[in-house]
Amino acid sequence: MMDAIKSVLRRPEAGSILSLVGVVLFFVLFGGANLGTLVGAASWVNFAANLGIVAIPVGLLMISGELDISIGALIPAGSMTTAILAGYYGLPISVAIAGTLAVGVAVGLVNGLLTIRTSVPSLIITLATLVAMQGVVLSASVLLTGTASVALTAPDWAKFLFGQLIGGSHQVIIVWWVAFAAVIGFVLHKTRYGNWLFAMGGDKVSARNAGIPTNRMTIALFVLSAVSATFVGMCQAILFNSAQVSGGMNFIFNAIVSVVVGGVLLTGGFGSVLGIFVGTVTFAIVSQGIYFTQIDRNWSSLIIGVMLLMAVLMNQSFRDLALYFRPRRNRSLPREPANP
Amino acid sequence: MNDKPAILELRNVNKSFGPIDVLHDISLRVRAGEVLCLLGDNGAGKSTLIKTLAGVHKPTSGEILMDGQPVTFSGPSDAQGRGIATVHQFGGTFPLMSIGRSFFVGVEPTKGWGPFRIYDRKRANEIAVKAVRDFGITRIDDGDRLVGGLSGGERQSLAIARAVYFGARVLILDEPTAALGVKQASHVLRIVNEAKRRGLAVVFITHQVMHAMTVGDHFAVLIRGAIAADFRRGEKSREEITDLMAGGETMADLEAQVEGYMETHQGHPPPAKVLEGPAAQ
Repeated sequence: MMDAIKSVLRRPEAGSILSLVGVVLFFVLFGGANLGTLVGAASWVNFAANLGIVAIPVGLLMISGELDISIGALIPAGSMTTAILAGYYGLPISVAIAGTLAVGVAVGLVNGLLTIRTSVPSLIITLATLVAMQGVVLSASVLLTGTASVALTAPDWAKFLFGQLIGGSHQVIIVWWVAFAAVIGFVLHKTRYGNWLFAMGGDKVSARNAGIPTNRMTIALFVLSAVSATFVGMCQAILFNSAQVSGGMNFIFNAIVSVVVGGVLLTGGFGSVLGIFVGTVTFAIVSQGIYFTQIDRNWSSLIIGVMLLMAVLMNQSFRDLALYFRPRRNRSLPREPANP
Repeated sequence: MNDKPAILELRNVNKSFGPIDVLHDISLRVRAGEVLCLLGDNGAGKSTLIKTLAGVHKPTSGEILMDGQPVTFSGPSDAQGRGIATVHQFGGTFPLMSIGRSFFVGVEPTKGWGPFRIYDRKRANEIAVKAVRDFGITRIDDGDRLVGGLSGGERQSLAIARAVYFGARVLILDEPTAALGVKQASHVLRIVNEAKRRGLAVVFITHQVMHAMTVGDHFAVLIRGAIAADFRRGEKSREEITDLMAGGETMADLEAQVEGYMETHQGHPPPAKVLEGPAAQ
C-alpha cells in the first residue's frame, strides 16, 4: 500500500492530483459547497475544456523547453476569421474552418521558424507575434467589415460538431478536449516522439546530436499550439454565433498556471499530459467552482496564487523523490561485491 | 602493441580561430585496445583537440586518418557514425529521463505497427541495464530509475556503456574523473580498463596525473596548443609529468624556492605570501 502511494507520488502529475483534492475539500468543508452540485456543474467543465485544448500544446512546448504566449491573440484571431469568412462574406463554413486553421498554421510556422533560426528566447518571439496578431486582427476586422464584432450563423452539422450544448449545458468542445488529451497523452508517453520531446527539454544540443530532428519537432509544436488556439476561437464563434476582436489574453496566464500546477517543469524535460489535464481541471474548479461556495468570488485569484505556489513546491519535492528513488528490494539485499 | 595500425590518427593538425592559433602541429595516434592519455592544464587546448577529434571543428591544416585513410568529418554526427563517441564530464545529459529512455534517445526500440507503434519500454530497460551491468556496475538494476538520481560514476559508466553498445570504436572521455570522489573515480577507471580490454581505442583527457598513470598506455602532454611530450607507460615519473603539465620548470622552481627558504629559516616552511609573485625573490 505504501509502495503504491509512493509510486504515484513519483509521477509528474502527483502535485496536481493533490491540489485538486485539496481545492475540492476546501470548497466543500469551508465554502459550504455541495459536492454533487459542484461535480455536476457545467460552468467549470466548459471553462476547463476551452482552456485545456490550449494548455496541452503549451505544456508540450514547455516540456521541450519553449514557451508560446501568442495563443492569447490567436483565440480571437480564430473566432474573427471564422466569423468574417462565414458570416460577413457568406462563404461556406467549411472554407471558414479551413481558413481559420490556416491562420493558426501560418502563425505557428512564423513562431517556430523564428525560434529555430534566431537565438531569441521563444517567450520574446511569441510576445512579439502576440502583440502583432492583436494589431492584425483589429485592423483587418475594421478594414474588411468596418466593425470589431461580427455575427455568423453556422449550418447544423458545424453546430453539431463544434458548437452544440450537450444536455443544454455542456459545450461539445469538452469531447474534443478529452479526445485531444487522450491522443496527445498516447503520443507523449507511449511513442518515440514523446521521448524526443523529453530529450529536447533536457538538453537540446545532445538531443540534436543523438539524431533527433529538433528543428522540425519545434516547428510542429508551435504549429500545434497555434492551431489549437484558433480551433478554440472557431468553436466559440460557432457556439455564440458571433465573434469579437478582444478577449483571449486571460488564456495566456491561465494556461501557464494550469501547466505548471500540472507538474510540468518550467525549464523543460519533465511533465505529463495527465498532469496538465488535472492542472486545468483544478484551475477551472477554483475560478468557476467558487460560485458554488459562500466564499466571495474575489478571493479566487488569491486561492489560485496560493495553490500555484504550493503545487510548485510539492512538484519540486516529488521530483526529488523520483530522482533519488531506488526500488526497495535492493536495499534488503547485501551489497554485491564490485567486480574487478 | 606498437605494430597495431592506428584507428584514429592526427597528422600535423593545426587549428586557428581567426588570428588565434589554438593547436600547433599536433600528431597523435590511438590504437585499438590502447588508452591514450591527453594531459594538460586548463587552457592548453584540450577541448579544442577533443572537438576536432569529435568532428565539431575542422582542422585548419593537417589531416585526420581513420584506419589509415584520410577522412573529413562533416559534423559531430558524421564522426559518431564512424564510431567516434565522446562522453562528457557529467555523463548523461538528460537527468530527468529514465535509464532506459535516455539510453535509447533517438533510436528507441518500438513494437506494434503504424500509428500504434509504441516505445518498447521493457526491452529498452532490459538492454540498458544489461549493457551497464556488463561493465561491472551491478548496482544499476532498474531501467526506470532517473539518470539524475545516479551517482557521478554510475552516470559516466552508463554513458560509456551506451557508446560501446552503439558500436563505438574510439571513446573520447572528457575529464571523466574530474568531478568524482576517490571511490567513484576508481569505478570509472575500471570501466576504462574494461573498454580497453574489449579492444576500443580510448582517448582519456584529464589533468589528474594519478588517474592517467593508472590506465594509460601512451601519454601526450599538451602545453599552449602544442604537444610538449609524447611518451609511453613507465618512461616518466609522476613528478616529471606534473612538472611538464605545469609548464616545464615552474614546479621545480617552486620546490627549490621552498627548500632555500627552509635552509635559511631553521627548517620552517615559508608563509604563503612569500611565494606569491616575482616579489618573493
